[in-house]
Amino acid sequence: MADDNKREDDAAQAYWQANVRLLITLLVAWFAVSFGLGIILAPWLNLIQLGGVPLGFWFAQQGSIYGFIAIIFIYVVRMNALDRRFGVYED
Amino acid sequence: MESTVITYLIVFTTFAVYVGIAIWARAGSTSEYYVANKGIHPVANGMATAADWMSAASFISMAGLIAFMGYDASAYLMGWTGGFVLLALLLAPYLRKFGKFTVPEFIGDRFYSKTARVIAVIALLVASLTYVIGQMKGVGVAFSRFLETPYWLGLLIGMAIVFFYAVIGGMKGITYTQIAQYVVMIFAYTVPAIFISLQLTGHPLPQLGIGGALTEEAGAGSGQYLLQKLDQILVDIGFSEYTQLDGNRLNMALLTLTLMIGTAGLPHVIVRFFTVPKVRDARMSAGWALVFIGILYTTAPAVGAMSFFNLINTVQPSEEVGSPEANIQYENRPQWFKNWEETGLLAFDDKNGDGRIQYYNDDNKAFAEMAREDYGWQGNELDVDRDIMVMANPEIAKLPAWVIALVVAGSLAAALSTAAGLLMAIASAVSHDLIKGIINPKIGEKGELRAARTAMACAVLVAGYLGLNPPGFAAQVVALAFGLAASSLFPVLMLGIFSTRMNKEGAIAGMLAGLIFTLIYIFTYKGWFFVPGTNMLPDEPAYWLFGIGPQSIGAVGALVNVVTATIVVRLTPAPPASIQQIVQDIRVPKGAGGASGH
Repeated sequence: MADDNKREDDAAQAYWQANVRLLITLLVAWFAVSFGLGIILAPWLNLIQLGGVPLGFWFAQQGSIYGFIAIIFIYVVRMNALDRRFGVYED
Repeated sequence: MESTVITYLIVFTTFAVYVGIAIWARAGSTSEYYVANKGIHPVANGMATAADWMSAASFISMAGLIAFMGYDASAYLMGWTGGFVLLALLLAPYLRKFGKFTVPEFIGDRFYSKTARVIAVIALLVASLTYVIGQMKGVGVAFSRFLETPYWLGLLIGMAIVFFYAVIGGMKGITYTQIAQYVVMIFAYTVPAIFISLQLTGHPLPQLGIGGALTEEAGAGSGQYLLQKLDQILVDIGFSEYTQLDGNRLNMALLTLTLMIGTAGLPHVIVRFFTVPKVRDARMSAGWALVFIGILYTTAPAVGAMSFFNLINTVQPSEEVGSPEANIQYENRPQWFKNWEETGLLAFDDKNGDGRIQYYNDDNKAFAEMAREDYGWQGNELDVDRDIMVMANPEIAKLPAWVIALVVAGSLAAALSTAAGLLMAIASAVSHDLIKGIINPKIGEKGELRAARTAMACAVLVAGYLGLNPPGFAAQVVALAFGLAASSLFPVLMLGIFSTRMNKEGAIAGMLAGLIFTLIYIFTYKGWFFVPGTNMLPDEPAYWLFGIGPQSIGAVGALVNVVTATIVVRLTPAPPASIQQIVQDIRVPKGAGGASGH
């Protein structure tokens, strides 16, 4: 019985760690598309044109938003897979 | 006159739809009233969240802000969308698993403290009340400008509609009307944008049009890229380039961060994720919300750039800046110009008496000096209210009257949907957190439902009163709403989920420290409690600490909150085992189940 509890705790611990790892990766991406490419690196990226838009400007007013949407949907897919792997998926 | 009739027709058709939905979606229990019985499909909830989130400001003012600020306005675009990533990843799924009705309720339970719950209620009330004033004003203004009804009557009609569906339907009624309002709103925003994009660049998608080259019909500068041309025109008349930074990069980054954290911490947005059946629906729903918001937010930069190009091109059709013939003669101004002059939102003052309109940056000292000597300009002659960039758009592009009517209905939908969401947050904080949670915990289901409806009715009346008599500081307080949510609510919610060790002492100390720090910084520049003249330093970039404006300080306040909480928690006892168990429990999706508010 005590062993069962311990095994459950370990599983919960592993699930949470995998979750946090995924969060960190995605938050890095979140920072990169907005603060990174849209603000900090914008003066350099603006030297490149995407169609008629300077690239840094494009990230700040368009690209970052597409990036945010992609990040959330990647999160949804990866978390659902994680939930299934650890048997905590809701039926 | 005919166009007014069409506008009336379209506006009242949409209102009839909202009322019809309200009657169909009556709420019978507190669970239905507070969280729509947790039965909303994630895509539907995403759409309702989008309408809830996008306010009169997003719909009417944002494109104008972008037009006049250019690249610097990107802080608003990224801030008001990027917050949904934080919400989806860090808060929504866990708070949904917790399975209660309000945000202060989570804070009170997680930190086993009525004090913490009350502080959260206060932060919620201040943030939501200030926000709702702007929506009420938006409704009154839309009515008075387009339907020629007095401001107070327009406001009263708007209040009556919200009253009807919010009091009867609660969250359930609000959710379904918000879905209808989203459809009206997005249609009204994108249709004129598509027409203008086609006219100027030949691209039907405004998102591509912003990067397109100007067509023959666009007049001056055909063949050149729109943004390139805009950069060039602006420099020619003394402004900085449209696509480059004008202000301070650190301040812009902190403003973006403050708006992101603030967005994720605003209670009326968070509770929308309490209405879906499962934890994974909360995640999915945040994604859909951002898709629906993104449609408007990626269109706005195109509307901003294109309407600004149209405006300048109208005033100054020629390339040869400074030559007398380059600027339009006042008597040859187009019809839309005359229409907007009547509202006072567009004003011409012929300072050099040449009968032509000169629009340029006379704050740029060197340029103004040069223009006086070489061009004979005596100062900028055109005063433009930013808000008309969206409202006048269809007229400038010569679109039919029904498109203008649609824009009116859209701006009303934007204001009403956000007002309803905010009122819901206010009413449930009063009835569920204060009455049921603290004053009279023995109140039964029926009694609480009655209390919730009464609280909602009172909230509508208070909001209406404030809309009729807006306090002078109303415009200033938006910075406060985001600053408060960013510095008090968001960090504490996050710590409550991600740190099992976080205790009530840490949370309370953190919230207070973040709140007080942010308030003092804002009041230093904006005046104590926004009383004019009581500010201790002028609100100008030269006086800002490290160039950080009062609007951008919330992010620093959030840091103060987290640091304080982390220090205090080390000096005080760990939370009880039962609380640590709750934290373990909300981290696992399985077993979210139905609503429980007890």
